[in-house]
Amino acid sequence: MRVERVISDENDSFPVGMRVLAVDDDPTCLLLLETLLTKCKYNVTTTSQAITALKMLRENKNKFDLVISDVHMPDMDGFKLLELVGLEMDLPVIMLSANGDTKLVMKGITHGACDYLLKPVRIEELQNIWQHVIRRKKFDRKDRDGSGSQDKPYIDSSEAAGLGNVDQNGKFNKKRKDQNEDEDEGRDENGHDNEDLSTQKKPRVVWSVELHRKFVAAVNQLGVEKAVPKKILELMNVENLTRENVSSHLQKFRLYLKRISCVANQQANMAAALGSVDSTHLRMGTMNGPGNFHTLAGPDQIHNAAFRSFQHSGVLRRLNTPAGVGISGLPSSGLVQLSPVQNLGNTSTYQRKLQSFVIPGNHNANILQGMPMSLEFDQLQNNRAASHVGQFPSVDNTTVLPVSSISGSLIDAGCSNSPLLGVTSNSLLLEGSSQLPTLHASNLRDSVSGFPNRSTLSDFTSIAPASNQLHGSKADIQDQAFPISCNAGKIISSAPQDWNAPKKDAPYQSNVPSCSINSLRAVNGDMAQLGQCLDQNNPIFNRNVGFDFVDPLSIKCSEGENLAMEPSVIEKEGYLMVQPSRQGIYIPDNEGENFAMEPSVIEKEGYLIVQPRRQGSYIPGNLGSLEDLASAMTKQDHDKGKPTDGDFGYNDYSLRTCI
Amino acid sequence: MSKVKQQKPLCVWNPKPLKRVKPTNKKRLREREKTNPFSFLGQLIPLAKTGLPLWMLGLAADRLRADMNRLLSFLFHQGILDEQFLQLQQLQDETSPNFVSEVVNIYFHESEKLLRNLRSLLMDREFSDYNKMGIHLNQFMGSSSSIGAKRIRNVCLAFRAASDQNNRAGCLSALEVLEHEYCFLKNKLHELFQIQQQRVLAAGVRYPMQH
Repeated sequence: MRVERVISDENDSFPVGMRVLAVDDDPTCLLLLETLLTKCKYNVTTTSQAITALKMLRENKNKFDLVISDVHMPDMDGFKLLELVGLEMDLPVIMLSANGDTKLVMKGITHGACDYLLKPVRIEELQNIWQHVIRRKKFDRKDRDGSGSQDKPYIDSSEAAGLGNVDQNGKFNKKRKDQNEDEDEGRDENGHDNEDLSTQKKPRVVWSVELHRKFVAAVNQLGVEKAVPKKILELMNVENLTRENVSSHLQKFRLYLKRISCVANQQANMAAALGSVDSTHLRMGTMNGPGNFHTLAGPDQIHNAAFRSFQHSGVLRRLNTPAGVGISGLPSSGLVQLSPVQNLGNTSTYQRKLQSFVIPGNHNANILQGMPMSLEFDQLQNNRAASHVGQFPSVDNTTVLPVSSISGSLIDAGCSNSPLLGVTSNSLLLEGSSQLPTLHASNLRDSVSGFPNRSTLSDFTSIAPASNQLHGSKADIQDQAFPISCNAGKIISSAPQDWNAPKKDAPYQSNVPSCSINSLRAVNGDMAQLGQCLDQNNPIFNRNVGFDFVDPLSIKCSEGENLAMEPSVIEKEGYLMVQPSRQGIYIPDNEGENFAMEPSVIEKEGYLIVQPRRQGSYIPGNLGSLEDLASAMTKQDHDKGKPTDGDFGYNDYSLRTCI
Repeated sequence: MSKVKQQKPLCVWNPKPLKRVKPTNKKRLREREKTNPFSFLGQLIPLAKTGLPLWMLGLAADRLRADMNRLLSFLFHQGILDEQFLQLQQLQDETSPNFVSEVVNIYFHESEKLLRNLRSLLMDREFSDYNKMGIHLNQFMGSSSSIGAKRIRNVCLAFRAASDQNNRAGCLSALEVLEHEYCFLKNKLHELFQIQQQRVLAAGVRYPMQH
């Protein structure tokens, strides 16, 4: 077979003569790197400017096999270069830095680096870098072969298989693999424009700005969730573009969105977004904590409208706003991603109120890494839900919507990683780490146990912030999930007093926790009645532990009682909806009773992340209740007092509007 | 001289470049002959700058090698250099005979710039941008560790820690230590290169030069 032959040819002498581009502003290191690489018998080109490097790469896509770049450079950030190279040329990029801080390494990974080396670089490490090139090629080819002749479903499976092998962000790949099983996207592994060794003759597709714009428009039109390479290809209507090209580009796009949403989360986009009308709240990107919710909450109407518009445009807006997100080429991409979220929101009213950000879980958080978590939630709320649920691939991986991060930020309570948020968010937000599910489970468990009846608020808040970091690390999400769940439990148990917002009477509080728990539970699947709170919460959490967080919603649905809200939300699409409720209450759209509770919970500030159940256990019926809940919450908010965050005005109207 | 002389003022940033061994000319040779301790040999023995007759340089090759080894082991033992420097030496071969000195000279050049920047940043009254300082520091640390300058790298770590805590005083004291360490390393490496240069010369000497 041609592919195999090529591979074997490559292997014969492959590492020798591999063309490497080395970029480093420090001349000492650059000279050393050049000498080391030459010693490894690679073909080295060096430059000290990132801009020059990009120019060299762009002028001839097939000129290099691998790029090694320093992280800190004066003319351009190393991560930005990494992103651009990955997107435009699909070359493996290795990061190099004197600073081996975990956050930086994580950042490198999320931006798509194949590897992260520390200075001083040793020759032994350089002798192995060729594996990244081979890996990418191999899987790319495998996918291409496997998928080329098959119809979509088949391709999915083959791609899924191939996905796992993709070296780029293995976790993402795995997530995608799972997702693929559920989703009908045919994604090639590192699609068409993988670097071709000089021995390959495949023409590389250049994703110019125009082409990319078309691509994004097509994806937007289809809906992020539903964007399938085949359809995208049809919509784009470009000659000489194959489905594999599109699918690999789509894969990268998703990664990008995920990363962006995470980044956006961190920024106070949400806060800002809420403040300003649609566009602002669309920007859910950064959840700075309760404040974010407020922004998200925004005026009800606005939100409603915003959410509506969000459906696709909203997404766009959000995406645009996330600052710092290297969206530079993909503003729409983010949006696109969001649109699928809309489907999630069955509970439209819920959206508003909750400001929940449904984060399309399936996209492996590609969309909303930072962003528009709120968007997603909104969308979730809007509820298309059911349909999306199906799209979410295995819960564990992709559903890690940034929502959790949003919720985390919102919550910013002292609680470490509010499990609640994490729970839902884990599935959603976790950047597609396949480990999420397990983490969630464990997190929930831990968190549950960890949170004694403390003020739930704090828990939630912690969740929120925790979720923010989700994008950064899955672990965070999971942790967050726990706190969230714990919080939920706590809320219930600890009674509303803990809540920042004047919690209403106990019933609410219990509800609230339950609501939150619901959300968590949704994750866990323990939809214990809200009322029961503590005990339920715990069991719920425990139960959820076993779940992949992915389906917090789904779980909830099963419970029915509490989670009227959640399940529906969850089912939506596996997006975690983070309800802006200050308390981080998850506002499942279940039965009204929950709502009563929920509102209080919501006030707290937690966003509950409702995860659209990917698994399909989605129970869309409850949306109505969610709305009620939302409204109830808002009402409660009014009664209780102002949300801690101050402008959480949205609580009021959000609930109302949701309903 | 295992310790950096603390009382020494800031090291010379630009020590005199390595002396280039000029070929002895007749006039100089005659001058030297007057004080040539080897005149008893009855010949005009050309003397190298080191004061040894050139032909003796060949014999001194062993001594030079011993000197070099002693210096290197001293530097390694004191933790001034680490195995990364050995890697550098291994990269030097026929195709790149002066690789180590090239890299080290670039390192010196860049490091002086960076250290100057760091000092000017820290001395600034309105200093507040630790990030900017961090960038310089990061580059200095990267190149120092690439050279194999272990002690300097460790001081950079301490510097970074102080910078993370926004501890200006800590940064200043770290910078002082850094400057001393850098001067010391520079002097030592210069010494090393001088010995290596002489070794090269000695290797070329088989018999006394005939003028």
